[in-house]
Amino acid sequence: MSGGTFVGMPSFPKAAHEAVHNQTLRGNLRHATHTIRAKRANAVAEVSDWAELREAGKQIKDHTLRHLDRYLVQLEESVTAAGGTVHWAADADEANRIVTYLVKATGESEVVKVKSMATQEIGLNEALEAEGINAYETDLAELIVQLGKDRPSHILVPAIHRNRGEIRDIFAREMSEWGRPAPEGLTDTPAELAEAARLHLREKFLRAKVGVSGANFMVAETGTLVVVESEGNGRMCLTLPETLISVVGIEKIVPTWQDLEVFLQTLPRSSTAERMNPYTSTWTGTTDEDGPQTFHLVLIDNGRTDTLADEVGRQALRCIRCSACLNVCPVYERAGGHAYGSVYPGPIGAILSPQLRGTQSEIDASLPYASSLCGACYDVCPVAIDIPEVLVHLRERVVEGGVVTRDGAKVVLKPAKGHAAERAAMRAARWAFGRPGALRTGQRFASRTRRFHPRTLPGPGKAWSETRALPTVPAEPFRDWWQRTHGGKDASK
Amino acid sequence: MRVALFLTCVNDTLYPDTGRAVVKLLTRLGVDVDFPMAQTCCGQAHYNTGYRHQAEPMARHFSDVFGGYEAIVTPSGSCGAMVRELYPRMGERARAEGRGDTLAATLAPVVPKTYELTEFLVDVLGVTDVGAYYPHTVTYHPTCHGLRSLGLGDRPRRLLQSVKGLELKELPGADECCGFGGTFAVKNSDVSAAMGADKVRNAESTGADVLCAADNSCLMHIGGTMTRLRTDMRPVHIAEILASTEEEPLV
Repeated sequence: MSGGTFVGMPSFPKAAHEAVHNQTLRGNLRHATHTIRAKRANAVAEVSDWAELREAGKQIKDHTLRHLDRYLVQLEESVTAAGGTVHWAADADEANRIVTYLVKATGESEVVKVKSMATQEIGLNEALEAEGINAYETDLAELIVQLGKDRPSHILVPAIHRNRGEIRDIFAREMSEWGRPAPEGLTDTPAELAEAARLHLREKFLRAKVGVSGANFMVAETGTLVVVESEGNGRMCLTLPETLISVVGIEKIVPTWQDLEVFLQTLPRSSTAERMNPYTSTWTGTTDEDGPQTFHLVLIDNGRTDTLADEVGRQALRCIRCSACLNVCPVYERAGGHAYGSVYPGPIGAILSPQLRGTQSEIDASLPYASSLCGACYDVCPVAIDIPEVLVHLRERVVEGGVVTRDGAKVVLKPAKGHAAERAAMRAARWAFGRPGALRTGQRFASRTRRFHPRTLPGPGKAWSETRALPTVPAEPFRDWWQRTHGGKDASK
Repeated sequence: MRVALFLTCVNDTLYPDTGRAVVKLLTRLGVDVDFPMAQTCCGQAHYNTGYRHQAEPMARHFSDVFGGYEAIVTPSGSCGAMVRELYPRMGERARAEGRGDTLAATLAPVVPKTYELTEFLVDVLGVTDVGAYYPHTVTYHPTCHGLRSLGLGDRPRRLLQSVKGLELKELPGADECCGFGGTFAVKNSDVSAAMGADKVRNAESTGADVLCAADNSCLMHIGGTMTRLRTDMRPVHIAEILASTEEEPLV
């Protein structure tokens, strides 16, 4: 689990195999997801117009995505007018180059970071480290992940897979390497752990001259960026440094300040099951003698406009990163966040990653199958992303190939390797299902040979029979019984 | 009322008892049931695994076979959802790909006429007490597609509560997926098995003798898991419970 990147991840089933059999991990995840699941349901049930809010959120996001070009230009004008500078990054490399350049230009060799999945997505910390710049995560859960040389496993609670005892050990062992050491005799009580983190982080906040943040929303009309959080560490990061660099995906835009009204209701209830999050920080360019005196906004594409070109898949860009779909997903609960091979785990990650990165790698080709299509994720999504629909759409892309947009150009994808046998089986089944006579012959053969059927299966069927008994084939398929008895009317035959 | 039984390929091949139970039940309620012999499969396995283009002729075949009936009844929430929710979507996709409206027009007639069994009993026939007798303790698992795609709500539970002799036990975590998910059960076997084992443990905690559901595919997975975990519970399709009477009890 060392290293912060997801490069070269194995396929989802392989990665999940380990997690499923790790009892501590399963216990941690089960406890956390079930607790938040019940709380979210209560917080949502309190709102009488939840269905309308959900629809409004969907509509606002869809409208914005449809006119993304126009709103992005408006945002750039607003940010510039407010004293900020906007940079455009087509991919991860370009974004990392821009941020590294901006940090170096300040002459500093350390930055404090908060609330940025986008920088995790592009691997900014590793890029900065390669240039001799230390990046310190200041969100409590991100800090635990960083100190533990681990990877995030949840959108909102990146250290969800860790319990208190594990966190205590990480703090006691690692804090001194990164700054202020953990207090002597640190126990695993939440208050002590929080205090240790607070003291450790406070030292960094007061020293840092450069802050790097993400944003939950960007308002086109005013050029305002918004972060919602629970801890207040984000506000420290946003206000104390002299230079603030915000790295944000282009889809995080909303047209007007008023649009926030919807999301500031749906996001906290969906994510932390709170009526309102404790801290909502907004910042617009720079203000003389107050807060950062230099502000940069780095807008990253990194596969987003390619995703936007896909009529079915584009709805994934509506995501407001609330993580409700993770908390309710039975697959996420057992497989853990790391198995998804991305900073975006869970159901949303299963549809977002293969679109942002393409379906070529082993992990990305396996993600659309990391779901039983139970539909719980769609039910809870506050912007009504039909995740099962997109999963099936991406499965089609994996097995049949087709036209997709990559780097702005239409390309024809070949079917992914490793599906030839399945494709042949599907074709054979389709052939039989087009011919009732052939199906019947197959059924009769299965019935007549039933005494010789094995108890376990070879090949792909092995996966079934290892943990589940096979059904026994009946002596007579239904259609033969029906024909023999005309639906029981002539049962004496 | 002349109703077509869409039994589904899985039930036809592996669970003929469920088919016989549906016939017995509907006949007892005065419904004239037909089983069109040309029926095969709705195409769900193909569609959900990513072979949408192969599922299309199967959907056309379904419409050819069932289009002439007043109502189509199926003892599977999942296959019912395929017709009701995904056939219209297949038509829309064909249109979006510039292939015209023919697929949508071919599939449209069967969509509103297709009912999952419990939906047909409660909504069309207007009954919740079907005169059944089943002296067992039962816990009910609402399968995902029945629950979320079709919105069966409390219909199955109302039907079960009206069964004489039946004691219904609430299943903890009832609305959580059992882990079957079609090809998911094989492609992600570890996770699927873990989900199945949790479902069985939850069912066992109710102390019921029988786990009932309205979909034999899910029951195949749950039942197979029960056998391997050596539990005393049995998986039974809701149609078989509703078909059971004092004169002819299900054993």
